[in-house]
Amino acid sequence: MTGTIDPTVFYLIVFVLAVFVGYHVIWNVTPALHTPLMSVTNAISSVIIVGALLAAGPETHDFGSYVGAVAVGLAAVNVFGGFLVTQRMLEMFKKKQPKSGEKKG
Amino acid sequence: MTANQVAVWYLVASILFILALKGLSHPESARRGNLFGMVGMAIAVVVTMAIVKSHVLIILAIAIGGTIGAIVSRRVEMTQMPELVAAMHSLVGMAAVLIAITAVNNPGAFGIHDPMPAGNRLELFIGTFVGAITFSGSVIAFGKLAGLGKHFRLFSSAPVVFPGQHLLNLALALVMLGFGVAFFLAPDKAWTEFAVMAAIAFVLGVLIIIPIGGADMPVVISMLNSYSGWAAAGIGFSLGNTMLIIAGSLVGSSGAILSYIMCRAMNRSFFSVILGGFGAAEGTAAAGAGEKQVKSGSADDLAFLLANAESVIIVPGYGLAVARAQHAVKEMATKLIEKGVQVRYAIHPVAGRMPGHMNVLLAEAEVPYDQVFEMEDINGEFGTTDIALILGANDVVNPLALEKGSPIYGMPILEAHKARTVVVNKRSMAAGYAGLDNPLFYMDRTMMVFGDAKKVIEDVVKALG
Repeated sequence: MTGTIDPTVFYLIVFVLAVFVGYHVIWNVTPALHTPLMSVTNAISSVIIVGALLAAGPETHDFGSYVGAVAVGLAAVNVFGGFLVTQRMLEMFKKKQPKSGEKKG
Repeated sequence: MTANQVAVWYLVASILFILALKGLSHPESARRGNLFGMVGMAIAVVVTMAIVKSHVLIILAIAIGGTIGAIVSRRVEMTQMPELVAAMHSLVGMAAVLIAITAVNNPGAFGIHDPMPAGNRLELFIGTFVGAITFSGSVIAFGKLAGLGKHFRLFSSAPVVFPGQHLLNLALALVMLGFGVAFFLAPDKAWTEFAVMAAIAFVLGVLIIIPIGGADMPVVISMLNSYSGWAAAGIGFSLGNTMLIIAGSLVGSSGAILSYIMCRAMNRSFFSVILGGFGAAEGTAAAGAGEKQVKSGSADDLAFLLANAESVIIVPGYGLAVARAQHAVKEMATKLIEKGVQVRYAIHPVAGRMPGHMNVLLAEAEVPYDQVFEMEDINGEFGTTDIALILGANDVVNPLALEKGSPIYGMPILEAHKARTVVVNKRSMAAGYAGLDNPLFYMDRTMMVFGDAKKVIEDVVKALG
């Protein structure tokens, strides 16, 4: 066997391993947090923003960089919106024992 | 920064994304996990910013998009989470398509040879059509969830079906693949092939989602979640970006698992959901309901029962969320706990309109999560419980699911019928979305309390004093 590995094969290896990791991590997520799971995966898939950044970033602006900038904007809505709304939901899942104790008094 | 350094930073970001998901295994570790996710995203963006030449457009776009995202995340109501998630899926899909357009236009910006090699084209084709389907499908899902059906028929929460629908979808999919292959084989930029392929994919996204009824939304939304991940992974392949592949695969598998869990909870196969048409009988009165007698009581009767019980399990359904009664329920539970009654909540996986929706609604009403139990954990407890209080749920407690030959046979249910007394609050005797009568309502041990959930519970709170 000689030669180098084709990049596509290399990416396929990464892909399969990542799906495998995803499968095991996701089954461990508690069902109570499935909604935050969806909003945070939304934010994570917005890492597609790096592709948009490369598209929008060449020195001279042309058609492609403007389309790229729009993509950056769309992905940015998700990055901020996704993580922040997840944070907001998770705050609600804090233990609230002290508060219910106060009410009694 | 060298390409190797960038790759190592991307690896760090990928690991942080995995840790973000891992944190969600428990409410206490979840907030730290989310923080990991944010740090990972910040690393990914900053490192990429360092290798691009011009920053003006980018900073402007991030400022605008980020502001919109931040405002929406603050203002959105928890009952509207399914709409928000659908809207966000559509943005990921659209971003994937736009990036693909820029890649066709100028592969050099991504360090890809110009004209683009065949391998990259194939991957780009996959990323584009999945992205386009995600976009238009999510827009339809958003419209259905937001109840825009009155204004625009495609958004109707009832399934939109017509003869030859599946055949049309299949034909369009084949034509789309044909143009994809043409794009793959073309020696030049092949704009025409690319544009036709993307246009058909947008139409397909609409056609795939319109026949799916409102009641199947938990599956649809999980499925689109999955698609948005695969779209990101597809773009990652064509741009040769491992972080994008990893993040996309994590999201893709997450959505796929959630779809599976939702289908299992409704005892429906994934294909029967996708083919659609179910849920057409929504809201129709149950056949023969008038012949059988139900016992009905008032809110005062319910308050009396509850105050004298030792243990109560509350089964909330989407009707509760529609009536915005979660806060009233929490107030009632607090009063009962003060009187020494044990109060627990039983959550069916499809309670609400997206996975885990009911848990969030209860958490918002400040119900401590350790009083909230999943179906498998609490089903054994109904037999020793004084009162099962069912609020706006129907099919998920229908004992017909245990009888062979019934249309919902095999669907996992909350075994509320085993409680010593069952109290059901509903607005009327209308059937659930499965269009089935519910024998639970006619049991000797069952008391029906008719009326709006919020009104009834508030009356109970008053009566409890």
